Amino acid sequence: MTDIPMSSEAQPRSNSLLSQDARTRKRNATEKRFRMYGVIAIGIAMAALVILLTSIVSDGAGAFRQSYLSIPVALDAETLDPNGNRDPAEMSKVLTLSYGKVLDKAVETAVADSGIAIEGLTSSDTSNLISKEASAQLRNHVLANPEQVGQTVDFNVLVNGRVDGYFKGRVSMESAARDANTSPQQLQLADALKEQGELVTRFNWNFITNPDASDQRPEAAGVGVAIIGSAYMMLVVLFLAVPIGVAASIYLEEFAPQNRWTDMIEVNISNLAAVPSIVFGILGLAAFINFVGLPQSAPIVGGLVLTLMTLPTIIISTRAALKSVPPSIRDAALGVGASKMQSIFHHVLPLAMPGILTGTIIGLAQALGETAPLLLIGMVAFVREFPAAPPEGLWDPASALPVQVYNWTQRADPAFIERASGAIIVLLIFLFCMNLLAIFLRRRFERRW
Amino acid sequence: MKPFGLTATALSVVALSATAAAARDQIQIAGSSTVLPYATIVAEAFGENTDFPTPVVESGGSSAGLKKFCEGVGENTVDIANASRPIKESEIEACTANGVTDIMEVRIGYDGIVFANQSSGPDFAFTPADWFNALSAKVVKDGAIVDNTAANWNEVNPELPEQAILAFVPGTKHGTREVFEEKVILAGCEESGAMEVFAAEMGDEDKAEEACMTLRTDGKSVDIDGDYTETLARIESDPNGIGVFGLSFYENNTDKLKVATMSGVTPSTETIASGEYPVSRPLFFYVKKAHIGEIPGLKEYAEFFVADELAGPEGPLAQYGLVADPELASVQEAVANETTLSE
Repeated sequence: MTDIPMSSEAQPRSNSLLSQDARTRKRNATEKRFRMYGVIAIGIAMAALVILLTSIVSDGAGAFRQSYLSIPVALDAETLDPNGNRDPAEMSKVLTLSYGKVLDKAVETAVADSGIAIEGLTSSDTSNLISKEASAQLRNHVLANPEQVGQTVDFNVLVNGRVDGYFKGRVSMESAARDANTSPQQLQLADALKEQGELVTRFNWNFITNPDASDQRPEAAGVGVAIIGSAYMMLVVLFLAVPIGVAASIYLEEFAPQNRWTDMIEVNISNLAAVPSIVFGILGLAAFINFVGLPQSAPIVGGLVLTLMTLPTIIISTRAALKSVPPSIRDAALGVGASKMQSIFHHVLPLAMPGILTGTIIGLAQALGETAPLLLIGMVAFVREFPAAPPEGLWDPASALPVQVYNWTQRADPAFIERASGAIIVLLIFLFCMNLLAIFLRRRFERRW
Repeated sequence: MKPFGLTATALSVVALSATAAAARDQIQIAGSSTVLPYATIVAEAFGENTDFPTPVVESGGSSAGLKKFCEGVGENTVDIANASRPIKESEIEACTANGVTDIMEVRIGYDGIVFANQSSGPDFAFTPADWFNALSAKVVKDGAIVDNTAANWNEVNPELPEQAILAFVPGTKHGTREVFEEKVILAGCEESGAMEVFAAEMGDEDKAEEACMTLRTDGKSVDIDGDYTETLARIESDPNGIGVFGLSFYENNTDKLKVATMSGVTPSTETIASGEYPVSRPLFFYVKKAHIGEIPGLKEYAEFFVADELAGPEGPLAQYGLVADPELASVQEAVANETTLSE
């Protein structure tokens, strides 16, 4: 705009577009300030998110890597098969505690053979190097292969949580000196074994597939049962909440007369959406466990409770989606002779589908992260058995992902903090995928008028 | 009305399968968070070493567990309640009212209660009287009952470091709280002679005990309703804080905590077993006898728990911090005979 000739004697008019008067400048400044507030608000939100994610990822990334030690184990026939029949039924009388002793000996021999000499290394330092999970692993292996008793077999066993924490930077030589459960000598031994290549830290699939473990073996704990429990509950919610919610909203939106009753139902649905989730847990305990007699800790009860919790969300979003379909579509369908039912199912519902799906997925994602209602129906528990395949598995006890996080944050061993953050990462990945799916469906099927 | 038909089908499927899948084959346990780690260690070993499925263990506190336990008999009630204190008379009555009559009490061992501060903090050597004078709402000064105004530990006992009083004690829903009140605060009340003054003033022994155990509410004594991990987090963020922990929790976090002596004794499984360390309490679990034979593996689990290999002084529970019961043999016998509380 520089090519407009400006004569020097002509005073610029007060309402020129080129020079701003005081009021315009003030208005523009206000707008600029408002934009700045917006940027600051987003900045704060982003910073909070970044801090949260970095703290979770830096704490939890370790759970996906685990240290393993490979050692030859001499399967002592006298301890493991006192009768000498190689009969797994008889051999199952030997408890894991005896296998632990076999392993202690194996580790000591392996350390002696490796030629590592560390001053002040006690025998408990050596035997505690490996996880208590190893004895269970060995017992299962021997019972499955009884013919191997008497031979020496190479084994890959988990390393104790403290030593593993040392390789992940959670435990230092200074803290080990004060720690009753490890010692600097043990860590030096682990270092030496790592140099020899016997001890490796690698990706840990077991964190995804293993069930929970007791307080003595944090290194073996995984989220397997929790993932299945959460998946089962989501199945129940999907199969119950979606048909009920969609049917209710179609009726309310398209068929129901406008009267005091439907107004009351509407107010109640909006209220239910804001009820704290623990209330649904109390209801679930009273209605499904004490009255109907469904089992405790079962995903079916969790799913039913979460269904009740998700219904209002689904109904509200479905009604909004139905409302956003223009009336001209309905009028056109009715105009060419379709019944009301046909106009809804052939025209309105397909057009409202993206909105319904988005609402459903957001409702499901909300249900996935819920712990409070599960507390009362016994799902906040230590569960190690994998539930059976559905539908029977829905009645077996299971845990859930947020519950696993809650449980692990209460354990005494500091290694469980890393596990809890790892479980949060798994949960976030699931939520992220669900939200991504919701966005994808909306983009893919959205129609604009 | 397609969607309605669908819903009806879904509901009827749920209802049908509910009746089909009724029999429960795993043990359900609820109760004390102090007993929880021991129960999970035993449950894990039980699942590994027997053909029975691993029991499901819930936590939530002794009182909550016993309440669930006493809800009735049947497959949708718990089989075992873990407790860090003996069952109360009122709870037995609640049980009886709901048809839970035959209850087996199993003592699994002893747990020490320790006092610890940040590992970089000063050393503390407490007596129960110090704790009473520091935390009780009313204390005795020159023979008169006054409000507790002590701000530093050295005002309570000149031998203690000059550090602001800030104690994190278990909340009232924890069984540990009762032991703390009884074995530390009340013992300190008697030891310091304040009990006599209270009793003389109030004319009633029970009222005097209650006055002893009322903790001050001016922020020096903080109730922790969560678990020991919360106490640990509070201590880590406040260098003046002193927390009440279970021995096993302390033993798992010796790199972060410094334990205080009580009456000159350092807490350990040995000093607790010998009775030298004064603050300890028995741990229990309660078994519904009516469920033995109904729920597979219930009696086997109880026997497995108290077997020498697990609950003995060399077993994994002792390794984790449980003080083995010197009379374990008689406990084993009682479990084998299914001896109930009323017998």
